[in-house]
Amino acid sequence: MLRFILRRLLQVIPVFLGTTLLVYYMVFALPGDPIAALFGDRQPPQAVIDTLRSQYNLDQPFWVQYGLFLKNLFTFNLGNDFTGQPIAASLARVFPVTAMLAIEALAIQAIFGVLFGVFAGLRRGGWFDSTVLVASLVVIAVPTFVLGFVFQLVFGVQLGWAKPTVGANANWGTLLLPAVVLGLVSFAYVLRLTRASVSENMNADYVRTATAKGLSRPRVVLAHILRNSLIPVVTYLGANLGSLMGGAIVTEGIFNVPGVGNKLYQAVLRSEGPTIVSIVSVLVLVFVVANLLVDLLYAWLDPRIRYDQ
Amino acid sequence: MTTPEIRIDEAGTTGVRPLLEIRDLAITFKTGGGEVQAVRNAHLTIMPGETVAIVGESGSGKSTTALAAIGLLPNNGRVSGGQILLDGEDIAHASEQRMIELRGNTIGMVPQDPMSNLNPVWKIGYQVRETLRANGRPSGPDDIAKVLSQAGLPDSKRRANQYPHEFSGGMRQRALIAIGLSCQPRLLIADEPTSALDVTVQRQILDHLDTMTTELGTSVLLITHDLGLAAERADKVVVMYQGRVVEAGPSLELLRNPQHPYTKRLVESAPSLASRRIQVAKEQGVETADLLAPAAGTAKPDTFLQIQDLRKVYKLRSGLGKATDFAAVDGVSFDVRRGTTTAIVGESGSGKSTVAKMVLQLEKPTDGRILFDGVDTSALKPADLFKFRRRVQPIFQDPYGSLDPMYNIYRTIEEPLRVHKIGDQASREKKVRTLLDQVALPQSAMQRYPNELSGGQRQRVAIARALALDPEVIICDEAVSALDVLVQAQVLNLLADLQANLGLTYLFITHDLAVVRQIADHVCVMEKGRLVETGSTDEVFESPKQDYTKALLNAIPGAKLMLPPEVA
Repeated sequence: MLRFILRRLLQVIPVFLGTTLLVYYMVFALPGDPIAALFGDRQPPQAVIDTLRSQYNLDQPFWVQYGLFLKNLFTFNLGNDFTGQPIAASLARVFPVTAMLAIEALAIQAIFGVLFGVFAGLRRGGWFDSTVLVASLVVIAVPTFVLGFVFQLVFGVQLGWAKPTVGANANWGTLLLPAVVLGLVSFAYVLRLTRASVSENMNADYVRTATAKGLSRPRVVLAHILRNSLIPVVTYLGANLGSLMGGAIVTEGIFNVPGVGNKLYQAVLRSEGPTIVSIVSVLVLVFVVANLLVDLLYAWLDPRIRYDQ
Repeated sequence: MTTPEIRIDEAGTTGVRPLLEIRDLAITFKTGGGEVQAVRNAHLTIMPGETVAIVGESGSGKSTTALAAIGLLPNNGRVSGGQILLDGEDIAHASEQRMIELRGNTIGMVPQDPMSNLNPVWKIGYQVRETLRANGRPSGPDDIAKVLSQAGLPDSKRRANQYPHEFSGGMRQRALIAIGLSCQPRLLIADEPTSALDVTVQRQILDHLDTMTTELGTSVLLITHDLGLAAERADKVVVMYQGRVVEAGPSLELLRNPQHPYTKRLVESAPSLASRRIQVAKEQGVETADLLAPAAGTAKPDTFLQIQDLRKVYKLRSGLGKATDFAAVDGVSFDVRRGTTTAIVGESGSGKSTVAKMVLQLEKPTDGRILFDGVDTSALKPADLFKFRRRVQPIFQDPYGSLDPMYNIYRTIEEPLRVHKIGDQASREKKVRTLLDQVALPQSAMQRYPNELSGGQRQRVAIARALALDPEVIICDEAVSALDVLVQAQVLNLLADLQANLGLTYLFITHDLAVVRQIADHVCVMEKGRLVETGSTDEVFESPKQDYTKALLNAIPGAKLMLPPEVA
């Protein structure tokens, strides 16, 4: 098992180089001059432009720029963004916020998705199943920004249950409302996935045998249906953790969450290569670790899966 | 519980109350097309300590009846009439709570398929422990080990810590028997407990089950499609057909003197060692091996397929990344003569299917040669291989898996013709119609899809597809193993007819010696990759030389039962 984990961590290196190179190149190839854009309609003196260019290495060819970026990265010096702020400091500000939001959203979709999915799957075609299916379809069909604004209006403004915007004081409590919005769409998918998996496993031979052994119904469901049904759900949740960490631009925008999504969006608008690639680098790591966790969970859920061979 | 009463059961024993009595049982299934009666007017009686077998083909309602007795009908099924009396208590409509009390403790079950009936994610010991615990019995590690070793699982302490996928089929079935009997139930429902296992393993397990139930005084309700097995293992046999009990009585009596037309057909078509080669070929005057020189080994003009010193080695990877060699086929040589049937028999893992795959050129031999009509097949160039495929066609075991569910029957049979660019649209359609006639399927089947056909019909489609290219050799890999006895008999007759009319050569891979008896001229017995015995079918069956062949022959259910000559 240890060898497997090591091998997976080593895979980070090529993945990391490949993604950063690609993203860096795409930023490089973007049309327009980021320095000129900084000044908006004003025309700065040529000397200022030249200084800024050389400060951000923008006067160098692509390979040199990328090489300098890598060098800085490995010396843990991410440099400054175009507003003069150190990139490392702003990453340290936005990632914890997004991590909290992502964990909260993931927990919401995992707990409620699995719970509702199991009940719906066990009584397929029953009233609960039908209601939940239609409701989840509505959730899937409604775009996030509509859902976000409606929740903000109803729970944040009219009922006053939560703060309508997060702003500077991001904590578990203030992030709950955006987390619910963010989690809802995936919740519907988790629910449907669990439901399908449960109702398929319910008819498995070993479930019938378990019943024939004289086990009570809750025991059959927990030990023999649920565990086997979780395998596809775990895969989905793992992939989801990665994309949640990438930041939800729309949701973070609506609730004014100072997270990765917001930061990334601003950086893209400004063609800030170093900031974008720094965020992407962290995300690559997050994805790799999330996938590794999924694989380990997998092996725990299904002993037939062995990674050492 | 009601007070004990004296009653007279069907067998005429007085003074003992039956353990299980099923009276006028009707079971209804709700389907898309309305309600379907799966079982009607079923009745049977099991006395304490008695073994009763229900025999019937798939769809006869035998499993449904048994499942009703333990309250495990599928969700869309319900008991719509009659009674199931367990020791006098009607459990046909008992509450789920009452059934949970009864299951395990009073009624145990050994299910059919050992591969799918153990939960793959829990250790064997855990699955035994939860049974003991749910029924309020001591469930310590020693108790678990004891239950498992009683079911004949050696080294049970260590085995209890393993997962189902680390067990062989036979061992899994032992674990399931251990679970079924762990709480010493008074009634054990054994639903085809060994049909998924090799014959020799089957015999060991049934023997062990016999011993255990006799010791514990357990009554057994045995469900099987195999009349020979039922007669051998049960005191009484109940024959079910299309949801009804058509005949019941003491086993041997029923076998020797069947009354109902269905039972008669079942007895007649049950392949047994006493059956003879299906005679069509010889009557038609086709030259068979018996008429030609029996000397094997030298290449005669009539030797169509020569297998010489064939070897197939697979690399098995072990934990440390080192590969060990595993010889699936080891030094196998035999000849197949034109127009005859050669059977390769053996248990799973004997390498018989690997031989078939190599003859079909689906696997490359590690060593040795396969001469087809005098030409070494391993040296064939792609274009020649394509032509070779036209002459050698396979029929596989699983008629469900070997037909593409998205192709209708016409497309399925026509595909090889299209691939080999034979004829135009019109002539291909004509050919498909002829083929359907040959395999006795109606022309209307052309527009249907595999899932609309029965198992026997699908296997006929597979045969028609194999025949489409007018091949000379057909390799049948367990081609009739998945079929019910009556359907199996029909398909075997069809194959014999086709051989007579078209002069086909068959290489028949099977684990079922009774089938071999009916179809083969020559037999090759394989064990662990090696050929242990070859000879004409009569020789091998009448005077087997190797112990392994004898064991295989002995293991056939009902082999020792005396059948009247006119029936056999």
